[in-house]
Amino acid sequence: MKLHEYQAKAILRQAGLPVPKGEVVFKAEEVSNALAKLGMNTGVAKAQAYTGGRGKAGGIKLYKTADEALALTKQLIGMTLVTKQTGPEGVKIEAVLLEEASVIKRELYVAVTLDRAKANIVLILSPEGGMDIEEVAEKTPDRILKLYPAWGRNVDPALAAQGAKFLGLEGEQAKAFGDILEKLYRIYQEKDCTLLEINPLVVNGTGGLSLLDCKFNIDDNAVYRQTETGGDPDAEKDPSEIEAGKYGLSYIKLDGDIGCMVNGAGLAMATMDIIAHYGAQPANFLDVGGSASEEAVTKAFEIITSDKNVKGILVNIFGGIMPCDRIARGIVNAVKTTGLNVPLVVRLEGTNVKEGKEVIENSGLNLTSASDLEDAAKLAAQNVKALKAGKGAN
Amino acid sequence: MAILIGKETKLITQGITGKAGLFHSQKCRDYGTNVVGGVTPKKGGTTVEGFPVFNSVAESVKATGANATMIFVPAPFAADAILEAADAGIQLIVAITEGIPVMDMLKVHNYLKSKNCILIGPNCPGLVTAGVCKIGIAPGPIHTKGRIGIVSRSGTLTYEAVHQTTMAGLGQTTAVGIGGDPIHGLSHVDVVKLLNADPETEGIILIGEIGGSDEEIAAAYIKENVKKPVVGFIAGASAPKGKRMGHAGAIIDGTSGTAEAKIQALKDAGVTVAATAAEIGKKMVEAMKKAGK
Repeated sequence: MKLHEYQAKAILRQAGLPVPKGEVVFKAEEVSNALAKLGMNTGVAKAQAYTGGRGKAGGIKLYKTADEALALTKQLIGMTLVTKQTGPEGVKIEAVLLEEASVIKRELYVAVTLDRAKANIVLILSPEGGMDIEEVAEKTPDRILKLYPAWGRNVDPALAAQGAKFLGLEGEQAKAFGDILEKLYRIYQEKDCTLLEINPLVVNGTGGLSLLDCKFNIDDNAVYRQTETGGDPDAEKDPSEIEAGKYGLSYIKLDGDIGCMVNGAGLAMATMDIIAHYGAQPANFLDVGGSASEEAVTKAFEIITSDKNVKGILVNIFGGIMPCDRIARGIVNAVKTTGLNVPLVVRLEGTNVKEGKEVIENSGLNLTSASDLEDAAKLAAQNVKALKAGKGAN
Repeated sequence: MAILIGKETKLITQGITGKAGLFHSQKCRDYGTNVVGGVTPKKGGTTVEGFPVFNSVAESVKATGANATMIFVPAPFAADAILEAADAGIQLIVAITEGIPVMDMLKVHNYLKSKNCILIGPNCPGLVTAGVCKIGIAPGPIHTKGRIGIVSRSGTLTYEAVHQTTMAGLGQTTAVGIGGDPIHGLSHVDVVKLLNADPETEGIILIGEIGGSDEEIAAAYIKENVKKPVVGFIAGASAPKGKRMGHAGAIIDGTSGTAEAKIQALKDAGVTVAATAAEIGKKMVEAMKKAGK
């Protein structure tokens, strides 16, 4: 789950971190009140979107009067912002952060994230703030410093001093930086973050430090205990992904034409891979989970067939906890209730496989039962190719 | 022999009175595992389906001599369940529960450093020593006692490899599903080391997926130390970047952890890499023949 900049900054501000004064607005009518609260009519209007590259895409603009602030807000709210990270479809802007403008003397980079291989939280620092950090890491790796605080303790003062020195901060600035690092490290843990990135952390006109922009990602497994952050766990999901979630299904829409229904994330990925291997493209990732009900299977089927791009379906189930016959009954029910106008290949293996295949074969429906995974993928790919060739001939 | 579990294993189930916990405790017992009881706070002294229930892991260890546990406790309480098992002196902790927050697992990871126990999982299917002992949720009947050791992050891909080696007549020693979470217990390389040292295991199958660097680390170890034939498979080559595929671990960060990088690392280590999940068994047969086994 990601937080918007204004939500993240509220958390940072509450922790006593130096964040520019700002007010969020969702409607143009809220602008005058927001400016009154800020006590200034100049500043910067920032479109709120879960993406980087907003400035270059026209999502961040300066205003010098209240009228300009209002005009900018009207322009930004409801617009579709296309940045290099969003893809051509862009994102719709629903909120604007009106913020005091900062004088920027230097731009630095600070992030807290997880180093999986070391099983340790890592602090990542760079004097190259305001840049794409992946590019910095690639081109000038010596401009990046990774620090590993010991678990269960505050950030060691020596570690903070090392970081400050690397960023060229001295005296009061170094002290302020140590405090920022410590607070970010604490917030990262308390809020179950997976990424807390400040880019840029700026040295402002008076020589003070200020956290200008922020990415705040929260562990999806911990959303249940981070509800007060104001984040919306469904914000970036397709409506069909949200619907799937209600039934315990993990669904991600993709661009291909073979709909897949699989149990287990690894097998679901491997099924997508084998479809691609035989020259077709998967329309989705769908993991029905280990203990799906017949109802969930029916729902999964509805979601797959509602995707207009789907020209064929491949069901690949290795029955462990979930017996094959239960899956088979779910499929047969779904086909009977929703109708089916694309070829369906079913591959069942594991618990109650014999009973499952019988349900498929005795259904009286036009379902193809595959002997193994390879057979299933080949058949599904062939079906779609034949369909396309047929259409081409017409 | 095999690895990690066998006839000497005495298993308890934490969360035995839950639906999944009870169902799989029965399935494990049916398979031949010595399931000595279970733990559910406040339900101590009762029995379910013939399993004695205890209030705490410590009580169950005292009463039954349990040396292994499988955890079905719901995610918000699962980390504490792992710590409780470690404190009670359980040697093998298998955490089936999925959805445990990363921060909880970091706490567990650091706590277990000072404990003498092995953690498998979380978010894993468990492990099976074919024909002898099963801990977790894998379907028992697909296993056949044999010669191949298996380690995999994914549950159903583990079953796929087990099934294919059974059909190919190779059979398994022990198949271990290590789980797909970012912070977990045994990693690929840990299990490869155990399988390499196990005299009954003649060949090894390593199944990984995109994200993290577990497979690369295992590949480096295999290159230097493993003479047994190894077959590898990496899932997720067709996955779009940045999308979460059900496992928190299956996220590609930057360029590390891509399917290409992992496949290359395995090939460099002399591992035979299966192009699709359907040919894992076939490749293992070929690799065994080539090795004269």
